[in-house]
Amino acid sequence: MTVPVVVTGLGVVAPNGLGTSDFWNATLAGKSAIGPLTRFDASGYPATLAGEISGFAADEHLPSRLLPQTDRVTRLSLVAADWALADAGVAPADLPAFDMGVITASSAGGFEFSQGELKNLWSKGSQYVSAYQSFAWFYAVNTGQISIRNGMKGPSGVVVTDQAGGLDAVAHARRQIRKGTGLVVAGAVDANLCSWGWVGLHTSGRLSTGTEPTTAYLPFDDRAAGHVAGEGGALLVMERADAARERGARVYGEIAGYAATFDGRDDRDGRSLRKAVELALADAGLRPGDVDVVFADAAADPGLDRAEAEALTGVFGPHGVPVTAPKTMTGRLYSGAASLDLAAAFLALAEGQIPPTAHVEPADRYGLDLVTSQPRAAELRTALVLARGHGGFNSAMVVRSAA
Amino acid sequence: MTAAPFTLDDLKRVLLEGSGAPEGVDLDAADVPDTEFEQLGYDSLALLETASRIEREYGIELDESVVGDATTPRAFVAAVAAHAA
Repeated sequence: MTVPVVVTGLGVVAPNGLGTSDFWNATLAGKSAIGPLTRFDASGYPATLAGEISGFAADEHLPSRLLPQTDRVTRLSLVAADWALADAGVAPADLPAFDMGVITASSAGGFEFSQGELKNLWSKGSQYVSAYQSFAWFYAVNTGQISIRNGMKGPSGVVVTDQAGGLDAVAHARRQIRKGTGLVVAGAVDANLCSWGWVGLHTSGRLSTGTEPTTAYLPFDDRAAGHVAGEGGALLVMERADAARERGARVYGEIAGYAATFDGRDDRDGRSLRKAVELALADAGLRPGDVDVVFADAAADPGLDRAEAEALTGVFGPHGVPVTAPKTMTGRLYSGAASLDLAAAFLALAEGQIPPTAHVEPADRYGLDLVTSQPRAAELRTALVLARGHGGFNSAMVVRSAA
Repeated sequence: MTAAPFTLDDLKRVLLEGSGAPEGVDLDAADVPDTEFEQLGYDSLALLETASRIEREYGIELDESVVGDATTPRAFVAAVAAHAA
């Protein structure tokens, strides 16, 4: 009835590693990138720590023609897409343009670019606003620029569901592939660590005001008091399993199941999140006992942590499955987070290593088997990735290693 | 209003400042002035940005039709010269 859809390429731009192997080595080593914000003077804001990507020089990767028209998030996205396609061994120029699509998620668009243009608008006048502002700020700009750069004219789009978007985009890509598109670049990269974006992030009321990098973001810990924001994410190359096999591609694994739900107004026990997990498992044709590891959303808000823990213990039983949150080393990347978790999940399956949750001492009351401080070796075939977006979005995705 | 005439070199400078260098095209090549912008790798938005930068730098107002009608660097320079006159 439905064709298997697999991932054949990964492009990672993470605070603790540029490129898949740098990210994965850092993640297994427990190397955190959380530190004081350096992009601007954040000393006057409640939150002052972030997971910044350092050492990314866009002009080393992209033609100068693209630089005046792109925000940092789009530059990171374009490079992540290039790396994912190269990893998949795909040369888009050799493929039919209408058989390739791009589906990304975004939580903020090109904030820093807009900040500069709005500054020009009110300080100098409208004639000083770049013509490129017309699209550089836009949620769909990453999809558009990846599509133009690689000549991908097939079904494309953008989803805006905050952190859940990193899974929702991949799920939508799976739908398009099942409907007949040969290849889709999917996932998300977010980056809004500019002063205007920083103000916006504070409105969630969920940012940690901790000033010590090792204790500021502690999901499932009694000391949890909000999250640290980060930038980056991952893009994935997705194809039909039979097509990937036919061209002899290396296959990371299959997007086996997915579901999304919304929180009700009084949903405090993770009921809707649990439903998403159950529906994703059903979609994959799997039972809870088949899941070998869970990549948690890990909000680090006591109420949200409890809800997630209740959803997980409800489905898997207390301490019923290993749980990890490597995003404790990057901060929460909004739409980019779950895509990066998907990349980490495929790498974990390939290597039989569950990456650690950095710095956390899990509270007993949550009943989670949280993998902390060291990676845990395990036979891994199936992983569950969870993501919750601000406003009540819940998404769950099940991925399975290649047979 | 500036006294110096607007030249091909000025246009090249403004294009590079506002829209970056095109890939695989040498803007100093002899045939560039009469090559279509599209062939050079500059789309309509790049020309809009260029026109806007020229307007504020030279204190002139360009007709909106300049961007649509002047499809080569030489024609663009001529159009700017006509407006500045």
